[in-house]
Amino acid sequence: MTLPAVELRTVCFTYPDGNRALDSVSFRVAAGEAVALIGANGAGKSTLLQHLNGALRATSGDVLIGGTPLTRESAPALRRAVGMVFQDPDDQLFMPTVFEDVAFGPLNAGLAPAAVDQRALAALERVGMSHVKSRPPYKLSAGEKRAVAIATALALEPDVLVMDEPSSNLDPRGRRRLIDLLRSFGHTRIIATHDLELVVEVCPRVIVIDGGKLIADGPTDLLLNDEALMLAHGLERPHILRHRHPH
Amino acid sequence: MSQGGWSDVGRMDELGRLATPVHRVDARAKLVTTGLFIVAVMSVSRFEVAALTPFFLYPFALLSLGRIPPGYLFKKILVAAPFALAVGLFNPLFDRETAAVLGPWSVSGGWLSFASILLRFALTVGAALVLVACTGMHRLCAGLEQLGLPRVLAVQLLFLYRYLFAVADEGARMLRSAELRSAGPRPLRVRVYGSLVGHLLLRSLDRAERVYRAMQARGFDGEIRTLQRPRLRGTDLLFVCGWLAFFAAARCWNLAGLLGTLLMKGAS
Repeated sequence: MTLPAVELRTVCFTYPDGNRALDSVSFRVAAGEAVALIGANGAGKSTLLQHLNGALRATSGDVLIGGTPLTRESAPALRRAVGMVFQDPDDQLFMPTVFEDVAFGPLNAGLAPAAVDQRALAALERVGMSHVKSRPPYKLSAGEKRAVAIATALALEPDVLVMDEPSSNLDPRGRRRLIDLLRSFGHTRIIATHDLELVVEVCPRVIVIDGGKLIADGPTDLLLNDEALMLAHGLERPHILRHRHPH
Repeated sequence: MSQGGWSDVGRMDELGRLATPVHRVDARAKLVTTGLFIVAVMSVSRFEVAALTPFFLYPFALLSLGRIPPGYLFKKILVAAPFALAVGLFNPLFDRETAAVLGPWSVSGGWLSFASILLRFALTVGAALVLVACTGMHRLCAGLEQLGLPRVLAVQLLFLYRYLFAVADEGARMLRSAELRSAGPRPLRVRVYGSLVGHLLLRSLDRAERVYRAMQARGFDGEIRTLQRPRLRGTDLLFVCGWLAFFAAARCWNLAGLLGTLLMKGAS
């Protein structure tokens, strides 16, 4: 059996102020799988995502990336395997130009200048943003910023892509482009979002969390169609599924 | 979303990315030269106003060769001007002895030293701003680190600059929302400002934390790495030596006076 790309084993996390944000969460994500993490505001989605690259460390339980436990020692190496795309691209883009921003990760990874250039260009090409490479990031539109933020993660050639609300603040066209892009990736994808229509299009599997607990984990069509489950946890049955007829 | 706040501070970054001969000079060469320039200007005695004038060549040369809009930098200098005015304000009151005679007017030592303080302020602050505008903060910090500044300080400086954007942005948005809800005749009370500043601090801390996490997620370990590994070239050394010779000449001889005498001779 191949190792799961990401595995959480009874992960608990309590913030210093005593707020218990994660309560024995366990799941496995296979390589290449696209999984949506859904739940109401404050359910613990962002806290969970931050465990996947060691920004937060579990109070108890283990996080394994490609079979390796995430510890203080292993975190720097494992961060290269997990590409994070943050909710607000302004937090992620801090270099003077788009190109330098995308090259930031590979440079820190200690690649040779030629390899850095090639990686950064390839990543920008992949998200269709090579035409803005010499512009300052804060001059871009929200959609462009998001695409560049994804490129900064891709440039590290990660095995796993972790995204927090990738479709927030995007106009319909930007959102459509994002969905097509996400569908085209072969990476293992873990996407936390409130955009349930995006979930239906991109992720075949859904994990529902509420109050820091894992409530349900299963096929998207099955869980999102369960009106009672959705309403009980601050969600709703997406329209796209209401109008989908079996043929 | 956050375009407004970024635009003005971001202008400095844009200028820093222009490709002119001045921008191509190594950051270290410009840093050393500007440092020596400031030392030279500060070493001029406070009554020698004329001796200061040749020094204006340095910032103006960088300004014009670096295609930096003078109006933009002038406004930035004005922001800091009140400090220099406060320092020199009382000189004309305390020192009333005549120090120079210009035709029918006699000029007191106080006014001379006041003018000298203002000129030296304009020169040093102007040169520092031109340095940032024609180098870019990122290359400047990398240069400082290569010159031997402890890495912690160089990174601090870079972060200070980066978070300036974030704080200015948050501040502008909060102030706008406060103003929108205080349209009445009463101006915002001091208590409101206190609360605004407190919130601004908390929000900035939050954002700083998120930016740091984003940097960490991409392997940032405290070392600033740049794409072009800067190597000192002959032109960089020439830049330093050439300006150094000029500063020395301007300190040793009264260049303005010499020019004046030459012109007078030519006229007679």
